[in-house]
Amino acid sequence: MNELLTVLKKNVREYGMYIALAVIMAVFTILSKGLFISSRNIANLLNQTGYIAVLAVGMTLVIVIRHIDLSVGFLSGFLGAIAAVALTQWNWPVWLTILLVLLLGIVAGLLTAFPVAQLGIPAFVASLAGWLIYRGALMLVTAATGTIIVPNESFNAIGNGYIPDLFASTSFLPNLHKTTLLLGAVAIVLFIVGQLNDRRRKLQYNFEVLSTGLFAAKLVFISVVLGFITWILAGYNGMSWTVVIMLAVVLVYDFITRRTVVGRHIYAVGGNPEAAELSGINVKNITMAVFASMGLLSGLSGILFTARLKSATPQAGTLFELDAIAAAYIGGVSAAGGIGSVTGSLVGALVYMSLMNGMNLLGTDISLQYIIRGLVLLFAVIFDVMTRKRKS
Amino acid sequence: MSDNILEMRHITKTFPGVRALNDVNFVVRRGEIHCLVGENGAGKSTLMKVLSGVYPHTEFQGEIILNGEKVAFSGIHDSEKAGIGIIYQELALVPEMMVYENLMLGHEIRRGMTIDTPEMIHKAEELLKRVRLSVNPSAKIKDLGIGKQQLVEIAKALSRNVSLLILDEPTAALNEDDCENLLDILRLLKSQGVTCIMISHKLKEVLEIAETITVLRDGQTICTLDRQKDEVNEQVLIKHMVGRSIENIYPPRTSKPSDDILLEVRNWSAFDVNLGRQVLHNVNFHVRKGEVVGFSGLVGSGRTELARSLFGNPDGYIITTGEMIFKGKKQVFHHPRQAIRAGLAYATEDRKRNGLVLIQSIQYNISLANLQAVSKNGIVNEELDKQNAVNFVRSLSIKTPGIHQLVMNLSGGNQQKVSVAKWLFVGPDLLIFDEPTRGIDVGAKYEIYTIINDLVAKGMSILMISSELPEVLGMSDRIYVVANGTITGELDAKTATQEAVMRLATQY
Repeated sequence: MNELLTVLKKNVREYGMYIALAVIMAVFTILSKGLFISSRNIANLLNQTGYIAVLAVGMTLVIVIRHIDLSVGFLSGFLGAIAAVALTQWNWPVWLTILLVLLLGIVAGLLTAFPVAQLGIPAFVASLAGWLIYRGALMLVTAATGTIIVPNESFNAIGNGYIPDLFASTSFLPNLHKTTLLLGAVAIVLFIVGQLNDRRRKLQYNFEVLSTGLFAAKLVFISVVLGFITWILAGYNGMSWTVVIMLAVVLVYDFITRRTVVGRHIYAVGGNPEAAELSGINVKNITMAVFASMGLLSGLSGILFTARLKSATPQAGTLFELDAIAAAYIGGVSAAGGIGSVTGSLVGALVYMSLMNGMNLLGTDISLQYIIRGLVLLFAVIFDVMTRKRKS
Repeated sequence: MSDNILEMRHITKTFPGVRALNDVNFVVRRGEIHCLVGENGAGKSTLMKVLSGVYPHTEFQGEIILNGEKVAFSGIHDSEKAGIGIIYQELALVPEMMVYENLMLGHEIRRGMTIDTPEMIHKAEELLKRVRLSVNPSAKIKDLGIGKQQLVEIAKALSRNVSLLILDEPTAALNEDDCENLLDILRLLKSQGVTCIMISHKLKEVLEIAETITVLRDGQTICTLDRQKDEVNEQVLIKHMVGRSIENIYPPRTSKPSDDILLEVRNWSAFDVNLGRQVLHNVNFHVRKGEVVGFSGLVGSGRTELARSLFGNPDGYIITTGEMIFKGKKQVFHHPRQAIRAGLAYATEDRKRNGLVLIQSIQYNISLANLQAVSKNGIVNEELDKQNAVNFVRSLSIKTPGIHQLVMNLSGGNQQKVSVAKWLFVGPDLLIFDEPTRGIDVGAKYEIYTIINDLVAKGMSILMISSELPEVLGMSDRIYVVANGTITGELDAKTATQEAVMRLATQY
């Protein structure tokens, strides 16, 4: 019990976020008489979160290296419109369209980064210029036709479709999506095996580990949570392509930030750029790379959003950048740089979108919704600062 | 009226897990210059923060008697009103604002609704006169040298009518001239009736100026020495500070440098585009294998600029003339990365500002400059990385609860060891060590010197930049003196004297 308390105390910030998410979800479930936690709504919530979460992941790294990117909202709107044009007017295949949009995203990211990294222009200004430019570009692309309807089924599946059920059966668990259940089971097994491996290697090197009891409790708890989520998703259409993409992005970025040399370098640049430079890290290159990744994810976000709406509108992407920034901050990114995690930002995005989704379910007035979201952001950041102060 | 301006009685202050001050008594006589000495972490700064109200009276035990009356401060405003002024190591001036604006900051003189600028400038001139500083009150702070900024800070305190002035390591960042000047100003203030408490690590200047010296160790008052009654010298002070006597401040070195030349720099000149001036002129020197070469000189003489221009030139100086031969090959480094790969390392003079990532762990910092050694295909092997950090913590005896401890929570000496570990892990042939013992206590200094000796014994070369003359003389094999961006002399450390070095350092 004592050990549990110390572990909780040590990671109060991290766990606080998960607890906040659980509380928000529980409150909405009660207020909506169970509607919130229904399979259909959770599937919907996750699909809504997708395009913001993807942006929040990229924004996390940008804020970690002490910059900001305001251009990503309209950039994703603009790139989404490009995708629509490529599909409907140039009749490009879906794969080529996606490739084009992602590449353009990288180019756009590098264009924002160039004045920042090479000329020392504040990212706020450089990306504000991008905000204006991409907004204009989006209007230009959609000027002739207005909203561009995308009739391509396979493209739209990215935002609306679900992974096929390979084991569809009317006799065994007829109302559940079996592939999703299988994936969930695989995820749980992989998680447990990974944790056991990790523990074994730590013990080999005589590093500190959790006591056996607590470790087992942790495995059981997280497995149950994963199982529960899988069960809920399987109760509707199963896992959507958006969720698959979102999870893939988070897993890849989590791996990059925590396990790779590049990840270490990014956090060093954020923690102390001068020390990083003198340690042989090329700060300019890291800055360029982080903005390029932001551009890439903006392209992906644009694809997700266009596919979800099945069309590109002249307003697409409005305020996405601020939603992403809010999600990152709720997720524990520090404005001073060098601190923040990708998984934190995913949870931040989920908190943020749960609020929106839940309040919509309850029919809360939109003006009140904004005020509540603002307060949650404020309290999340205050909580963050307070817990960090107490630690040091 | 009492003879004592200040009496602090039985002060105890605890932080979570640490008793920073333990029943400390501290008495200051009216009109004296009283020095407070002790190792880092002895509680000097904490005691002064208690006095100045940074820690409100509810947060410690004990009582403070000022001018014979018991006082209880809730904040720094209260102590300021009572006539206590405190000047911290890090100056609290706004660089972009003018001298007079800084002097009156928060106490602007008004005339109706607006600021009375002429009156403020007039008042500023008077204050500057009191510290014998002849600068234009309308000059910007950032255009003044650090020594002059320090005096502005003192003038600012005087503007608040202080009767008790506290200076926390005022000379740490000053060169010898500015130090002398500052000590003169303190004597002047004394003659004007201001009592001064000075915290300092520089024992020589303490002995020069103090009438009374109080030594703190581990949060306790060890002794208060009266210069008129007690026999006080450096040895005595060190003995009280560390609780043991250090016979040799500099550990003896058994190894001898080889004859092979590791680094040779010829006619090296550099131009700083941002400042628009030449920072280095025709610098010539060499470093042998296994040698400790000391670079002495005043602050701003160009020693750090020289080191950085060789180490991949991160400031983007234009190298106008010269060449550098490192390990027998002519080299030009365009980024620190190239210099590191070639076997050159540079531990910066200010580890907090540009040496370490303070918000990260010991483990993270140690491998930062050489991650490829603990990674494969760009993926870090966490276990290998940890093992490596554990080894360094052990071999350099870094005092920490664990390798996950954030570097910002370590003491100065242990931070410096992390910085050393980081560069040792790179395995350089030459380590440029810029101010290796700045801001660390006597005990930790000795450990750093021992590490330096071990390294050269293993064949590594050290280029040591230091502003402390005894350190340069005590640790180097050879000494180069730098002044005004060029080398003004080369001395053999065995025969060199402080006076000889100073003469070359002030030669223009």
